[in-house]
Amino acid sequence: MYSQGLIGADSRTEETDEFLAAFQARIDAEEKIEPTDAMPEGYRRTLIRQIGQHAHSEIVGMLPEGNWITRAPSLKRKLALLAKVQDEGGHGLYLYSAAETLGVTREQMTEELHAGKAKYSSIFNYPALSWADMGAIGWLVDGAAIMNQVALCRCSYGPYARAMIRVCAEESFHQRQGYEIMLTLCNGTKEQKEMAQDALNRFWWPALMMFGPHDGDSAHSEQSMKWKIKRFSNDALREKFINATVPQAEFLGLTVPDPDLEWNAEKGGYDHGDIDWDEFWRVVKGDGVMNRERVQMRKDAWDNGAWVREAALAHAGKRAAKVAAE
Amino acid sequence: MALYRALIELADDHLVLGHRLSEWCGHAPMLEEDLALSNFALDLIGTARSLYAYAAEIEGKGRSEDDLAYLRNEREYLNCLLVERPNGDFAHTMLREFYFAAFMEPFWQAALASNDKVIAGIAGKAVKEMAYHMRHAGEWIVRLGDGTEESAARMQAAVVDLHPYWEELFSGGDCDALPDRAALRPAWEASVKAVFAEANLDWPEPVYGQNGGRDGMHSEVLGRMLSDMQYLQRAHPGATW
Ligand SMILES: [Fe+2]
Ligand SMILES: [Fe+2]
Ligand SMILES: [Fe+2]
Repeated sequence: MYSQGLIGADSRTEETDEFLAAFQARIDAEEKIEPTDAMPEGYRRTLIRQIGQHAHSEIVGMLPEGNWITRAPSLKRKLALLAKVQDEGGHGLYLYSAAETLGVTREQMTEELHAGKAKYSSIFNYPALSWADMGAIGWLVDGAAIMNQVALCRCSYGPYARAMIRVCAEESFHQRQGYEIMLTLCNGTKEQKEMAQDALNRFWWPALMMFGPHDGDSAHSEQSMKWKIKRFSNDALREKFINATVPQAEFLGLTVPDPDLEWNAEKGGYDHGDIDWDEFWRVVKGDGVMNRERVQMRKDAWDNGAWVREAALAHAGKRAAKVAAE
Repeated sequence: MALYRALIELADDHLVLGHRLSEWCGHAPMLEEDLALSNFALDLIGTARSLYAYAAEIEGKGRSEDDLAYLRNEREYLNCLLVERPNGDFAHTMLREFYFAAFMEPFWQAALASNDKVIAGIAGKAVKEMAYHMRHAGEWIVRLGDGTEESAARMQAAVVDLHPYWEELFSGGDCDALPDRAALRPAWEASVKAVFAEANLDWPEPVYGQNGGRDGMHSEVLGRMLSDMQYLQRAHPGATW
């Protein structure tokens, strides 16, 4: 569903100064880099890492919402949620394909995810505990994703930028759908409104963490900006998200769970309280409440399906042999 | 009320099967099948909505599609037992889908000529979807039946496991506006035999055909599915979602 501020990519590179300067000149001229173009190894590695993390986030992101498909409270909501989760799977597919243009395979990326070597967005390591979470996730998580992804539509790497353009239209539909779930709950019974507030309380801070560490603490951010893989800093996108979202919460009649949140007329934006970075790093490093289960579920799906994939290959082989013999 | 009852039987078939397929979402053997199984579920639940809405209109008691889906208990559900069977492995899921779609495709084909305009309208959309489900599930049955030793064994095991349940498809629901279900049996058998031949699968010896779904007599799995599905509607009576 979105890419987190990139975690831990290695953007070191070893090409000659001339080569790097020529590449940088193309970037500065806003040329798109395409798969067959020469590119610095660090650029390629950073993109593989980032697109891979983004793809994994889409796929792992299917699980928290998938947890409510069978319990959606009306047929209309059930269809909408199922279609939304299906969209996320589709995003995963485009993104794996975009990454494959850089010389990795989907299988390699999948194995890295299962081995705990590849990251995905930390937000999906929080549990989806009530129906209101389907609203909060669409509104806040897809909402934060859009902030990141609109910026990525102008990424210097052509296949990634084009994938993002396709994805962004769907993400903004998800965001509106999530907000509409929240609105319905907030106009509903007392219990429904409490459910909505509780979801906001649980998802607000993790949604802010989706933008990644403060700019000063974000390794390799600067190089990514120079290569125009990344167009805006983590903090700039986070501020933009807060400024857009707080009025939406007010319209719902919900309270943003940050006592320090205050409009700052001078900067034309909100001041906010400190993010709990210890929690962020704990969850990123594997100790969120759902980390183990999320990865295990993906592994189980993969392992339980191995015989199906093997059969498809074997059958295709038999078909090809038959055609060759004819 | 014959039409109302027949519509509920069909709507329940579609909802229950769609719900089962939606359980796969995020857990399929490959991403492409996560998308395909979700598509199946979307088609089926979409058709269920149309059928419930029409049933509610005919009943004329002011009930909504959601009242019918969420506020009836398992003894009031009239789906056939085939569709409530647990997903099992991918072979079971694809075979169950094929059996159902191979019945519904000729059913909707015949319903296109119904003198009931609403039914003909539903059929127009559903017949294309069912043809696609048949094709996709049929291709998987062939791949698995004629794939590896393991997949062939699993596919044949699915055939044996689901053998008591397909006959019920042809029971129930007689009314003027809808096709005669029993008459569809030759078409169904021809579709199944063609795929089985290509997949090297054996048609098992006849067994006692389980039925009762059309009278609300289910196996134990349906109640658990409904308690999951209906939880929010039951926990918050009268709330709007
Ligand atoms: Fe997405
Ligand atoms: Fe995304
Ligand atoms: Fe999304």
